[in-house]
Parts: sequence; structure tokens; C-alpha cells
Amino acid sequence: MLEVDAITAGYERHKPVVRGVSLTVRPGESVGLLGPSGCGKSTLARVAALLHRPDAGRVVVDGTAAAGWRHRAPRAQRTAFGVVFQQPRLSADPRLTLSALIAEPLRANGRADEVPEKVRESAARVGLGDELLGRRPHEVSDGQLQRACVARALILEPRWLVCDEMTAMLDASTTAALVRVVEDYRADTGAGLLAVGHDKALLTRWCDRTVHWSELEA
Amino acid sequence: MAEVAEKAVKAEMSEQPAVAWRVRGVRRRSTRTWRLRTSAAITLAVVVAVLLVPPLVQLDEQAVDLASKLQPPSLAHPFGTDDVGRDLLLRCVYGLRVSLLVGVVAAVVATVIGTAVGAAAAAAGGRVDRFVMRLVDLFSSVPHLLLGIFIVAMFRPGVWPVVVSVALTHWLSTARIVRAEVLSLRSRPYVDAAISGGASRWRVTVRHLLPGVLPQAGLAAVLMVPHAIWHESALSFLGLGLPTHQASLGTLVQSARGSLLAGDWWPTLFPGLFIIVPTLAIAGLAGAWRERLNPRRRSELML
Repeated sequence: MLEVDAITAGYERHKPVVRGVSLTVRPGESVGLLGPSGCGKSTLARVAALLHRPDAGRVVVDGTAAAGWRHRAPRAQRTAFGVVFQQPRLSADPRLTLSALIAEPLRANGRADEVPEKVRESAARVGLGDELLGRRPHEVSDGQLQRACVARALILEPRWLVCDEMTAMLDASTTAALVRVVEDYRADTGAGLLAVGHDKALLTRWCDRTVHWSELEA
Repeated sequence: MAEVAEKAVKAEMSEQPAVAWRVRGVRRRSTRTWRLRTSAAITLAVVVAVLLVPPLVQLDEQAVDLASKLQPPSLAHPFGTDDVGRDLLLRCVYGLRVSLLVGVVAAVVATVIGTAVGAAAAAAGGRVDRFVMRLVDLFSSVPHLLLGIFIVAMFRPGVWPVVVSVALTHWLSTARIVRAEVLSLRSRPYVDAAISGGASRWRVTVRHLLPGVLPQAGLAAVLMVPHAIWHESALSFLGLGLPTHQASLGTLVQSARGSLLAGDWWPTLFPGLFIIVPTLAIAGLAGAWRERLNPRRRSELML
């Protein structure tokens, strides 16, 4: 169970972007969060993934309340989330090759010995060829880079996925392919999903239920 | 006949606009390459001279020859001799050797300290960041030549106290530059992704943030070399740097001040040129590097 409870969050003091929002995602459930641009849904997604400290409210992950945010969150709690961001260019370190990019979470967790096998498996899952894995982000297209970012998010086998406008920069076929990758992963592991976006048609087809931002901000 | 004329007209028409908009670009570019090539050639010549002359030429820079004191430039002594008959060209090369050593070592040490402090402050953020940067402000509010003199005065005269003094007073601007760059990198989503992947603060800093600021830090280090050379010369000129018998560009100028008043211009002119020309050449190289790094921005990274 992922519970986001009465969250107030923002980037400047006394100017919250998100006011008292609550949302619950049950294990294995996929929830689509719809809303106009700039309403704060990305901020809520960052709070839910423990990447942004809210001014008030709490996040409960699988029965344990989050003790801290960003680096202060326990590593096990942080890595329970796989996060995919909107812009692959900005969410990939420009100096790493795609295979290093995908392997980065394993290395950060001291599991470097599993790297070759897991990277191959993970790259195959998102449909990245061997030839692409040696390239750097500026040498591949947005779609290919987003595939690598999804592979990176899935490599630690998180119990929760947070996709923040994952498909906004992509064409229809890549969107379909990546949604299929995420759904296959969820079918295999029973992970829960919080998908944020403003594409109503996509999210209603993709998710078990969709919530509109205006319903949350009561 | 008409065909030929038509061809000529066509050729002229196709060439005309190309020439018209190219001229300015080519000329500007040639100034730039000229500057880069001259700087590179001078820097190379200086480095070769400094590395090769002492082992190859078995001459004693401290050999006193009172019979030939204060001779103007001639074929035997291209830069003339000083007031105890030592060859100035040789002394200048030895002096440049010391100055360059001090400049490079001090610049590297200063950059390492500055990068470490700036990156640590920015990566920690919040209160630590504010505290460290106020400390940096505090340090830079003291005139750094004064601080350098204070540090040098604590040790016996020699090369290493000068290196320590220059290094400890010059890391502040690097720390500021590195902090600003790291702060801008820190808010990128790839840092969020790394945190979500379980990376520690240390790992994020070393793996993602520091490599991103290395070009700027390297540029700051190169720009620091001329500055450090000037500082070494200034300290030696004040009599606080190297002991007077050891040639350094600062001590050369300082000890030649007396003969300048008597109208002998060469013992001050040539060491002075040896301070100015190599430092301008290094600054020229650094300028070319800066333009490659970021052609549009005018930044704090100026000499």
C-alpha cells in the first residue's frame, strides 16, 4: 500500500504548490493522475517517490511511514520506487554510456557483480540492442534514451513505479512499447503504479483507475 | 562566345554573396587562430627552455664575474650582465623555472582545495553551504597579498613556503565557481534518478556532480597559473619569497632596481618581459579553452 496523506508541498516557503492532497495506491494497482500543466502533479509524484520533502503530511510505504526524504530516506525505502521522468535528456547523466546508465543503481547498491547479466536482461526487456548500449545519451534518440531510463528504473525490481509524464516526449509507437514494458513488468512482479500525465485517453486505457487533480484538491 | 559570357556571369553571381558574408567571419577567425598559435608556441618554447636548458647547458647561473659587470646586451650575453657580472639570459631562464614551478604547483593545489570546498558546500547544501560560503567571504575580505605575506613570514625563505602561501590564498574564486556549477547540476533530474536508485551523497557528488564541473575547474587552474606567477614575483620582489642568491623573476627585478637608477635598463627589462610574455601566453591558451567550453557566456573565469 502506498499512502500519500494530506501532503502540502512547494518550492518556496509559504507558497505551496500542492495543498493537502491525499492519494492511495493499493498493491498491484495502477492509478493514473490527470491534471493540467503546472498544477503540482509532478511535485506530488516527487513527494510520493521520496524525492521532495513536503511541508506537511506523510507518505506511508507498505505500512512504514517515510522517515526522511532524498538522501535521508533509508536506502531500502528509496529503492522501493522506480522513477521515470518526463525528459530523458535531463534525467540521464550525459557522461555515462547507456549500459553504465542502466547499471548505475546496481553499482550504487554495491551489487556491481550482477551488472553484466542484469543489464543484458534489462536492456532486452525494453528492447535496446547491444550496439546502442555502448553509446552516450547525445548519440541516441529521445525514445531510445527513455527506454534506457525505464530499464534503469526497473533494474532494482522496485515494488512501486512512479512515471512522471513518461511518454510526453515520445511518438505513439514508442509510447505503446514503453507502456507494454511497464505492464509486462507489473504482471511479472505485481508492482503498483502511479502514472502522472495529462493525456486522458492514454491514462484511461493504461490504468485501472484515473483520478483528476481537481477531485484530490478538495 | 555568348555561352562563355553567360558562364562567367553565372560564376560571378554564385560567388558574389558567398564572398560578401564570409569576409568578416574569416578575419575574426584568423585573429583567433593567430592568438591561439602564438600563445601555444610561446608556452611550448618556455616549457622546453625551462626543462631542457639547465640539464643541457652546463653553465653556473650563480657564477660571478666582476670583470664583466653590467655589460649591455651583446652577442656573448644576449640579455647583458647584472651588477656582479652574471649572465642575465641564464638567470632569467632559471628564474622562470622557479616561477613556473611555483605557478603550476600552487595553481593545482589551489584548484584541488577550491574544488573540494565548493563541491562539498554545494552537495551538502542548506546550513553547511551557507556557513562554508560565509567563511570563504571572510577569507576573501582580507587582501590576499597581505594574507600571503603573513603565511610566508611563518616559514624560512624558500620555494615551498611560497607555494603554500599562493595556494592557500587563491582557492576562493575556484570554490565559488565550482559551488555555483554544482548547484546548477544538483537540481537536474538525473540526480533525482540517482537518489532514487539508492546512491549516497558521496556517490552522487563523485560520480555525477564533480565530473560535470571538471572542465570549469581545469580552466580555473590554467587561469590561476599566471596569477600565481605574478604572486610569486611580487613576494620575491618584496624580499619575502626566495632567498636573493636564488634566481627568480621577482628577485631579479628587485636586485636590479639600483642599476636602473644609473641608467642600465637591461637587468630590469628582461626579467620583466619574462614575467609578462609567458603569463600572457598561458592566459591566451586559457582564453581559447574558455571559448571552446562555452562560446556565449562571459563568466567569472577571466584573468
